[in-house]
Amino acid sequence: MTIQIDVEGTRSEAQPAAHPVGGKDRVFSPVNVFSHTVLIAWSILVVVPFVWALIASVKSTGEIFGDNPWALPKELLWDNYAKAWDKGVGQYLFNSLVVVTGGVFGTMLFGSMVAYVLARYEFPGNRFVYYLFAAGMMFPTFLAIVPLFFVVKGFGMVSTYQGLILVYIAYSLPFTVFFMHAFFRTLPTSIAEAALVDGASHAGTFFRVMLPMAKPGLISVGIFNVLGQFNQFVLPSFLSPEKPVLSQGIATLLGSQRYENDWGTLFAALTIAMVPVVAVYLVFYRQVQAGLTGATLK
Amino acid sequence: MRHGSYRFVASFLAIPLALYAIFVISPFVQAFYYSLTDWTGISPKFKFVGLDNFKTLAHDSVFKQAVGHNLILLIGLPLITIFLALVFAYLLNVGGRANAAGVQGVRGNGFYKLAFFLPQVLSVPVIAVIWATVMTSTDTGLLNSVTKKIGLGTSEYLADPNIALYCVMWVLIWGSVGFYLVLFNAAMSGIPKDIFEAAIIDGAGRLATFFRITLPLLWDTIQTSWVYLAILALDAYALVAVMTAGPGGPDNSTYVMGLAIADNGFQYGRAGYASAMGVVLFFLTLIIAAVMLRATRRERIEF
Repeated sequence: MTIQIDVEGTRSEAQPAAHPVGGKDRVFSPVNVFSHTVLIAWSILVVVPFVWALIASVKSTGEIFGDNPWALPKELLWDNYAKAWDKGVGQYLFNSLVVVTGGVFGTMLFGSMVAYVLARYEFPGNRFVYYLFAAGMMFPTFLAIVPLFFVVKGFGMVSTYQGLILVYIAYSLPFTVFFMHAFFRTLPTSIAEAALVDGASHAGTFFRVMLPMAKPGLISVGIFNVLGQFNQFVLPSFLSPEKPVLSQGIATLLGSQRYENDWGTLFAALTIAMVPVVAVYLVFYRQVQAGLTGATLK
Repeated sequence: MRHGSYRFVASFLAIPLALYAIFVISPFVQAFYYSLTDWTGISPKFKFVGLDNFKTLAHDSVFKQAVGHNLILLIGLPLITIFLALVFAYLLNVGGRANAAGVQGVRGNGFYKLAFFLPQVLSVPVIAVIWATVMTSTDTGLLNSVTKKIGLGTSEYLADPNIALYCVMWVLIWGSVGFYLVLFNAAMSGIPKDIFEAAIIDGAGRLATFFRITLPLLWDTIQTSWVYLAILALDAYALVAVMTAGPGGPDNSTYVMGLAIADNGFQYGRAGYASAMGVVLFFLTLIIAAVMLRATRRERIEF
């Protein structure tokens, strides 16, 4: 398969030729009416559950599961958010932010270092290292979760920030290396050579010349990693039971709020988990779509 | 190669490779090793039992049930997801047919892609909680209140062992379609416009253009998608773990291999046995990827 990565996220968009060349506006043709009906139906199916959850976050349990679950709340129960925060959501969010900050920083640094030397330096074993990382994209993490737990336990890092950060970096490397490798290949070699001739060290050339040039690629894969690590659920639920991140916290709250029959609080927690991700998505959606689909187009 | 660059390469590779070896490669290798032992996961002592774990596995009815559920997902998930994504990608693109461009979108193209893709950026627990609520089994559940009103009656969804697995499959499909739509759309825009122009000049209709030109040229992408969806179907752990009662219920009707690995490895103290399940999953993934790629192989079309 050929490598076909879209780093800026713009080339993959259909070229917006605003109007058909023939000048005929086909918007109201039967085919288009049918297309829009189907597409709008699916949009509703996707968006409505999220909007409903957003509204449910200021409802009482009685209103959520009452006779008409679709009704708007009589009064806005902002208290649900305070209760969710007290239930540990504040702490879970903090844990997530610490781990994702460390994880993404390490992933980007190490990932682009590996990608750079693999893309630009010939040395024995270059291909081997490349395929070693590429293979990591193939198999579900789940496969080795039991031994992984004991590896982390052996380092005494179960339920610690550093444990999760290191594991997140290790599991994010394959895609980051793969993506940045393709990106570094597209950059011109002449500038780096000029820097080396001028007496810059290899490392200096990488940090001061190549990394700034790779900024569009770094942003794309960086956002991908932020979302991926923020949403990570399987790894922390086994490796960090005592220090839950937000996605784990949601799963835990589902259990406890079901028991307490207090669903408004659960949806408030859910909203706290959703809003940052949706905000990042709306701002960077071109890069997000390019980054995520770039992983598969290979 | 300049003098001193080997040292530079080594210095850049050392830390990342060490991390990768410790946390990714070694657990995979260890899974193979432990699968041949009776290790409990708690006591440091264990002994080799050869292929005993695999023999036990062959008669483990709960595990076989789990494999069966994964296989149902394996058939349904890629088929329905790819079908829907292709239909939507087609519908997104037919509007611009007058332009002779195969990929010029209908109006609102950007909005649809923005909306459809949304589930992909949210975590599995968020999606699981929302859908578990939508499919509440009581009459006043979100979905039941709608289906009752339009005369379709009500359903118990996740509480009904006959359909619970299909409810899980639906949520997986619902979450994946947007991703593959965007993927197919990106691949379609890589097809040169003159191919479409030539087809139209030759008198090809909309459907003919789609089936004779677009689809064959997308084949590589569809193939890759199939493999990725198959891997997702073999996993499905996170969604089942959060969404279903038990998890894996009711009556084990949604029990998947991932749950079996977690239960044996962390609850029942049978880490060796759980590793054997991981090894089975490994080979299943490998076989399915190989079979899919071979069975669907066609002559590659360069453009």
